Amino acid sequence: MLSRMEIVETNKMIKESNLDVRTITMGISLMDCADSDLTKFNQKIYDKITKKAENLVKTGEDIARQYGIPVVNKRISVTPISIAAAGCKADSYVSVAETLDRAAKEVGVNFIGGFSALIHKGCTPGDEILINSIPEALAVTDMVCSSVNVGTSRNGINMNAVKRMGEIILDAAERTKDRSCIGCAKLVVFCNAVEDNPFMAGAFHGVGEKDCVINVGVSGPGVVKRALEQVRGEDFETLCETVKRTAFKITRAGQLVAQEASRRLDVPFGIIDLSLAPTPAIGDSIAEIFQEMGLEEAGAPGTTAALAMLNDNVKKGGVMASSYVGGLSGAFIPVSEDHGMIEATEKGALTLEKLEAMTCVCSVGLDMIAIPGDTPASTISGIIADEAAIGMVNNKTTAVRIIPVIGKGVGESVEFGGLLGYAPIMPVNKFSCEKFIARGGRIPAPIHSFKN
Amino acid sequence: MKAIITVLGTDKVGIIAKVCTYLADREINILDISQTIIQGYFNMLMIIEVNDTMDHFAEIADGLEKLGEEIGVVIKMQHEDIFNTMHRI
Repeated sequence: MLSRMEIVETNKMIKESNLDVRTITMGISLMDCADSDLTKFNQKIYDKITKKAENLVKTGEDIARQYGIPVVNKRISVTPISIAAAGCKADSYVSVAETLDRAAKEVGVNFIGGFSALIHKGCTPGDEILINSIPEALAVTDMVCSSVNVGTSRNGINMNAVKRMGEIILDAAERTKDRSCIGCAKLVVFCNAVEDNPFMAGAFHGVGEKDCVINVGVSGPGVVKRALEQVRGEDFETLCETVKRTAFKITRAGQLVAQEASRRLDVPFGIIDLSLAPTPAIGDSIAEIFQEMGLEEAGAPGTTAALAMLNDNVKKGGVMASSYVGGLSGAFIPVSEDHGMIEATEKGALTLEKLEAMTCVCSVGLDMIAIPGDTPASTISGIIADEAAIGMVNNKTTAVRIIPVIGKGVGESVEFGGLLGYAPIMPVNKFSCEKFIARGGRIPAPIHSFKN
Repeated sequence: MKAIITVLGTDKVGIIAKVCTYLADREINILDISQTIIQGYFNMLMIIEVNDTMDHFAEIADGLEKLGEEIGVVIKMQHEDIFNTMHRI
């Protein structure tokens, strides 16, 4: 029998601490849509996506209604387009992005991910076409998200791709400069990208996946923060136990939603992603958790340790609550999407270098960071290379979602709106890495990747 | 299936009567009911039996929400599984 306390606790988490299920993401394979004719291919993918996801949004809303827990986003991820469209005779995939955008709008989801390429060792002709199409594709669509994997622990880092992505990011910013350079907010450069990630902008449906699958991302930084308020001043054991217990409850709610969505849509359940994902709302912030742990601001000495502990205990609590855990499963630290991070940046407590250190102990890298618009492409490539190296050596996913804000510099800020929030522009190290990036070729896989 | 109704708000005459009448008019059986007043705040939990269709659930849940607005309290109806999964292994 349920006790009054338990019922009140759950409803308090939802009402006062912003507990929600962050996303139900439907992964759809486009492998069976291959066609040499681009127009036919576009028609096939449109038909498949709109058919498979026809009830996705309504089902998400029904579940939210019935269980009284918000399901914030309903999204779609598809097979990397560089693979799915490889058979098309085409010199640009912009029309594919437009088709994805139309399909997403038709079914009512708020993002569709998978305008992607996996080029950690090298590029196929399809990969080349996709990468060249990215800036325009992101400028002419609203919902399409793009990602490129440039390295893995098993294969090393494709430095040609790293160099190219620096240029692509600047181009994407330039083409959307009248809209806060929003193109770059929809573009992620990965090392060790995962195939079942439900979170945007880096979601795509991996080639090892089923035809159609439901992945769910839970959230709840606010709930963790509230729980920690109850153990203020106590030791680390108590702190960790509290995070674990809270993560367990949050994940159970996600597991229930995932199973229900899977049953109602008649689509197999894939994974739960255990990431703590903040939003710009007050009380839904990772930085607030650090403050509750005892740091004056995010970025203060101790932040990396606090984040490592948070991330680890969220996983320890969450793993037992779900039958399949996957995706990125780490704490997100997107600057623009977390009001506490924004404040820390504005006060000078949080720097790009500290953020880089933090990404060593959590996914998912340098996320939603605005930098001056006059940053050279080679410097952006250098930042990507550093992140990719952290991912490669530590066998973890890292990513760079960085926004060079054209026409703006340090001291100014940029507004993206909605869940993407706003960001103060951060200074970037002025010293050049141009000759390093210009070398080209690949960085070989690290010695400890040879495990066979 | 079972659903949990929670009613929260400032105490006044007739809250229970109105919620129970609403449910009785729709032939919904109440399995359990408990109520306390904490610092003048009315706090009620009910467990009810509803049939399993989404339309039916949404209709009752919306109706109760509206009734709550009329009385000046917050009424929420949720499937019991959200609580079971979060608090029971």
